[in-house]
Amino acid sequence: MRIGCPVCGDRDAHEFTYQGDGSRTTPPLDADQDQWFAHVYERTNPMGRHTECWLHTGGCRAVLIVERDTVTHEIFSVRLAGAQAAIHDEEAGQ
Amino acid sequence: MSAYRLAENGHLIDRDKPVSFRFNGQTYSGFDGDTLASALLAQDVQHIAASFKYHRPRGVMTAGSQEPSGVVTLRSGGRQEPNCKAPEVEICEGLDAHPQNVWPSLGFDIQAVNGLLSPIFAAGFYYKTFFEAGQTGWHFFERFIRRAAGMGEASRLPDPDRYERANGFADVLVVGSGAAGLAAALTAARSGAKVLMAEEAAHFGGGLLASSATINGVPARQWCRETVLELTGLPNVTLMARTAIHGLFDDNTVGALERVADHKAQPEPHEARHRHWTIHAGQIVLATGAFERPMVFDGNDRPGVMLASAAVQYAACYGVAIGRAPVVMTNNDSGYQSAFDLRALGVPIATIVDPRDTVDPALLEQAASLSVTVRTGHVVASVSGRKGVKGVRIAPFDVRGGQLTGAGEHLEADAVLVSGGWTPNINLASQAGGKPAFDAELQAFLPGAPRPNVSFVSCGSAAGVFDLQSALASGQEAGRSATEKAGVKPLTTPTPTVEPTSPDVRPAAVFDIPPRRGKGKCFVDFQHDVTASDIALAHREGYVSVEHLKRYTTLGMAIDQGKNANMNALTLMARAQDRPIEEVGTTRFRPPYVPLSLGAIAGRETGRQFRPVRRSPIHDWHVSNDAVMLNTGPWERPRYYPKSGETITEAYIREATTVRKGVGMVDVSFLGKIDVQGPDAAEFLNRVYSNAFLKLPVGKARYGLMLREDGIVYDDGTTWRLSEHQYLMTTTTANAALVLAKMEYWHATAWPELRVKLTSLTDQWAGMAVAGPDSRAVLQAVVTDLALGAEDFGFMAVGNGRIGDIPVTIARLSFSGELAYEVFTASHHGLAVWEAIMAAGQDFDIIPYGTEALGTLRIEKGHVTATEIDGRTTADDLGLGGLCSKKKSFIGSALLGREALLENNRLQLVGLVSKESRALLPGAHLTASGSSESAGHVTATTYSPALERYIALGLLRRGRERHGETLTARFPLRGDTHEIEVVNPVFFDPDGSRMHG
Ligand SMILES: [Zn+2]
Repeated sequence: MRIGCPVCGDRDAHEFTYQGDGSRTTPPLDADQDQWFAHVYERTNPMGRHTECWLHTGGCRAVLIVERDTVTHEIFSVRLAGAQAAIHDEEAGQ
Repeated sequence: MSAYRLAENGHLIDRDKPVSFRFNGQTYSGFDGDTLASALLAQDVQHIAASFKYHRPRGVMTAGSQEPSGVVTLRSGGRQEPNCKAPEVEICEGLDAHPQNVWPSLGFDIQAVNGLLSPIFAAGFYYKTFFEAGQTGWHFFERFIRRAAGMGEASRLPDPDRYERANGFADVLVVGSGAAGLAAALTAARSGAKVLMAEEAAHFGGGLLASSATINGVPARQWCRETVLELTGLPNVTLMARTAIHGLFDDNTVGALERVADHKAQPEPHEARHRHWTIHAGQIVLATGAFERPMVFDGNDRPGVMLASAAVQYAACYGVAIGRAPVVMTNNDSGYQSAFDLRALGVPIATIVDPRDTVDPALLEQAASLSVTVRTGHVVASVSGRKGVKGVRIAPFDVRGGQLTGAGEHLEADAVLVSGGWTPNINLASQAGGKPAFDAELQAFLPGAPRPNVSFVSCGSAAGVFDLQSALASGQEAGRSATEKAGVKPLTTPTPTVEPTSPDVRPAAVFDIPPRRGKGKCFVDFQHDVTASDIALAHREGYVSVEHLKRYTTLGMAIDQGKNANMNALTLMARAQDRPIEEVGTTRFRPPYVPLSLGAIAGRETGRQFRPVRRSPIHDWHVSNDAVMLNTGPWERPRYYPKSGETITEAYIREATTVRKGVGMVDVSFLGKIDVQGPDAAEFLNRVYSNAFLKLPVGKARYGLMLREDGIVYDDGTTWRLSEHQYLMTTTTANAALVLAKMEYWHATAWPELRVKLTSLTDQWAGMAVAGPDSRAVLQAVVTDLALGAEDFGFMAVGNGRIGDIPVTIARLSFSGELAYEVFTASHHGLAVWEAIMAAGQDFDIIPYGTEALGTLRIEKGHVTATEIDGRTTADDLGLGGLCSKKKSFIGSALLGREALLENNRLQLVGLVSKESRALLPGAHLTASGSSESAGHVTATTYSPALERYIALGLLRRGRERHGETLTARFPLRGDTHEIEVVNPVFFDPDGSRMHG
């Protein structure tokens, strides 16, 4: 499997670390216990298309949001998460 | 039994270059280019192995890597290798091969007696006997079975050879170099695509090497040679022989094993024996060919029974005749072609036996013209001879009924050449593709479509295209489409013309010949000794699924992985179940296609290269000062520095005592160090740490506790505020990378608005802790530009100074509980700073100390590490509840208040003191006296020189309420019970006056 890192290009999956479900959003720190419980424990485990979080550990260390098929491993899209996205866009614009 | 070397033919051997080798202790002579199989056959050595279960004599059945029977052990000592297939072994001067599965010798195999006991070795024998006997039964029998059964023996010595791993890249990967593979490669190569063609055998050409056809008017072999020559000359082509593609994985990642030096006595000094390739292929062309199919009849495993096409290969490529009077049995026209080819090559075929009643008259005519007798409507019912073929019984056969219809007659013969049709080699396609489709005409499965993230195209006989000219055309088309999909404009080349037309390979559906009155042994899986009656038995016992049958009988699980057995087994199952084969289905082939050496998988990552080693910049000093090193994860750390004659216990007691009474220094470069920098750094730290971080002043450090999102303690360390926007965070050694990754995750996904940047500095900083009452005096003697007096530089102060010319950053922190300082400097100055402090400490008798003493000092102080921060404990459990701020939210705060984490029956950190004045055992369970119910466990133990007691830390239910209680620490595995007293975990200097002083 290869992941197309927006910073480094197509790289082997071994360079990345899976960081869990990329579709969830971290609740605010002061959110209540139920919200945090849902965030930490409640997961869909889809067979098929899934949004995931991958850290480019052995590369640029960007956190990537990857849309991937969990059956075929086909990758549909890769984008930078949060902060890096803003910085990358800024640099690309300059 | 009378195989011999022909006077002519054999284009792969060089008759001017004799090669001597050993087999079974005897010296033989072959020619350069021979395989072990061809060289032994040429000397009429046919009985070369014994079968796995019944120890029946076995010989060579095939001419390639699918060989199930002719399996030997090569070499000896560290290079001994079992389960080598004789047709794949290229002989070289001095090669030493041994038969396997034979005891005491090949000629007198005592275990052949198993053959007489065969009823008890029927399918499922092992399961029935040993599962019912239970675990004890299995353990009792196991050693006997292993000794009797074993499929050859691996060396127990270290492997002296070197292995490598490499990566390959291609627009078009062509697997196989027969007609279709060459045509595909040529098309792609001429179009300019980057082509990689892999051939598992030593020579390119596949079936063309033994073909009697002509291509574009020249012998197929010549066309093959010219094509390979053209490909070799193209800069965009890489040809790899002796390279087996073993697996197709996601994104066209392909695994390959290159046998670099297996054809030599031993690798050259610079050479790897095997090289494992990871090939990243744009497109994949599977030109993997087809296997001729064995037939199932009584005695079909005898040495001298061989696939018809294999006999042609031995004659054409190696100039070896399988016998002086071979009989051909075929259920399709290709067997006739093999017989005619053999005749042309000088092998005297006299009889063809064919169960079909009607056969193409042209074939019969050709046979008649060669004086070959054809017995239509007949089969070989049985083979006589044990270690070789002495004759066959030829009997009439009813194709519709699938039964013999008469006793038949005996015919003198010395070999039986079988063609049961052809099975496309869909192994790789099956790994990475959909369900194979059954083709009723070929009585075989054809490749299914590739999975969405793999793109391969099958061609030639692998795709069921057996006519040579059509196979060439299908190879060209595969090459063209792969080239196009790889983004290169394909050129079209005219399809070569082939003469004559290839034989029709569609078989009559006769694959097994049930013996009359059920007597005899008809093998389906030759290497695992699975017979037709085993499959019938499995059916009677209710095994309906093909996957279950496979596991119950072990069919298809030998080193040929069902390449020979699969179709015949499915046919027998389908018949027993009275269902069509397509409903029975087939098993999915799994990687690897051929056995892989473990060495090739490991590559260079063995011994000292097993994994990367991390060392402190001060490492060499530790080693030259006699430190005993300890591997913790990848790190090599000094464990203790024994003086001459000192035991580990004596050493750590001396080291820890010196720290409490004088001064010692320990290397802490191993700590994780993360630079946290930016205008929002304080806010970021305040979110990831459970205690307050917003108001830490510049020039101060603070101990920080980090929780997981679920509220459990994750890590701890000190963080130093170096300037307004810059912090240096330290983490535990083991969690350094994980903490960084987790913080990057939170920053990127949850709080992208925070202006902060995280950078690992673990390797950039060297660190050392100077600890003990004399530590201040030592540092004052060597540090300039920083006032270290008690008033100037209080507990938790951070400041910059110099040692000589070298800038250092010093924090007054203590893990040992003594007055102590951590001195950090750039890695490349680490050694110089360490030596300078050591020199300054001479007057104070400073000593270096290691992880053992460090552990003792921390246990005496009740400081927690990974043994207590074990992924289950909360801050409150560890007595650190006060570090969870009530005034802010932080990672983990929301779930900290869950019911189960607040229960008053939780395990809590306690100190334990031995009441028996002996060492406690880590991992022992804590029980009330007289009870065996665990109320907790011992986490870390030491002898405390400060207390002069054996002490430990532990986690105990309601531990904080139980100080003063006497409990029993039990370690049942060692039969140990130990009276202990529960105490405050801070054993030593509980008010901290020593480190604050
Ligand atoms: Zn990257």
